[in-house]
Amino acid sequence: MIELQELAVGTELPALTLAPISRTTLALFAGASGDHNPIHLDTDVAASAGLDDVFAQGMLSMAYLGRLLTDWVPQERIRSYEVRFAAITPVHAAPTCTGRVVAVADGLATLELAVTLADGTVTLTGGAVVAID
Amino acid sequence: MTVPATAVGTVLAPSTALVERGRLRFFAEAIGEADALYTDLGTARAAGYPDLPVPPTFLFGLKLDAPDPFGWMTDLGVDMRFVLHGSQRFEYHALAFAGDEVTFRPRISDVYDKRGGALEFLVLETAVTRGDEPIANLTETIVVRHPELESAR
Repeated sequence: MIELQELAVGTELPALTLAPISRTTLALFAGASGDHNPIHLDTDVAASAGLDDVFAQGMLSMAYLGRLLTDWVPQERIRSYEVRFAAITPVHAAPTCTGRVVAVADGLATLELAVTLADGTVTLTGGAVVAID
Repeated sequence: MTVPATAVGTVLAPSTALVERGRLRFFAEAIGEADALYTDLGTARAAGYPDLPVPPTFLFGLKLDAPDPFGWMTDLGVDMRFVLHGSQRFEYHALAFAGDEVTFRPRISDVYDKRGGALEFLVLETAVTRGDEPIANLTETIVVRHPELESAR
């Protein structure tokens, strides 16, 4: 956990790099999260929608980014957390979660967040507001 | 455009779910969470929590435990194979914990389209409460692709 007094604009959160996402992970996440949409699990359904393969749940990457946040501050300090899903995450992709402080005011730090794949594709962009007082 | 603008303001059926310890541990395993705070009761209690805490994005999926969770979209004529998650926002009011019973109250707050209807956007806002206490507000944007309109352009 960071010492919150030390935090300033430009402070980077320690990056979180994940192993390549396996089909097993997609299946486990579907069951654990409650999102059973077969487009993430069933290649037959993916093919019927004109896709070459299944792709990872966006919320899996948002959960990884959530780990970046809770590794950094106690969760009760997170006031809001949002992402835009910019690109799909293919199966076997290896995401890296990053974040940095872009504003500090009135006891709140605003963070800019991203998830990037090994090939440079940015799959998620987002932000969070964290209490620091 | 499949979804009528009159869908805006539609209040969907509320649902209630019990947060289970085992489900939180399963979720932690699925996302590779190694912090024992999210899986070990003793660690959570030592941190001052009454039970295992609900991690930041868990409520999104718990909401889908309601019967026929995508029925509100299929009722609007949406083909689920062409649905993408566009964006997701959480506003937090209080942590939830294993053992809590939480209630979800979803409402369609906006419907719009882009690229001549090739992309439709549905915005769903959901208030999450534990009894009378606000826990979180969720805002999700669902994107519905219409590939046939896309290729016609």
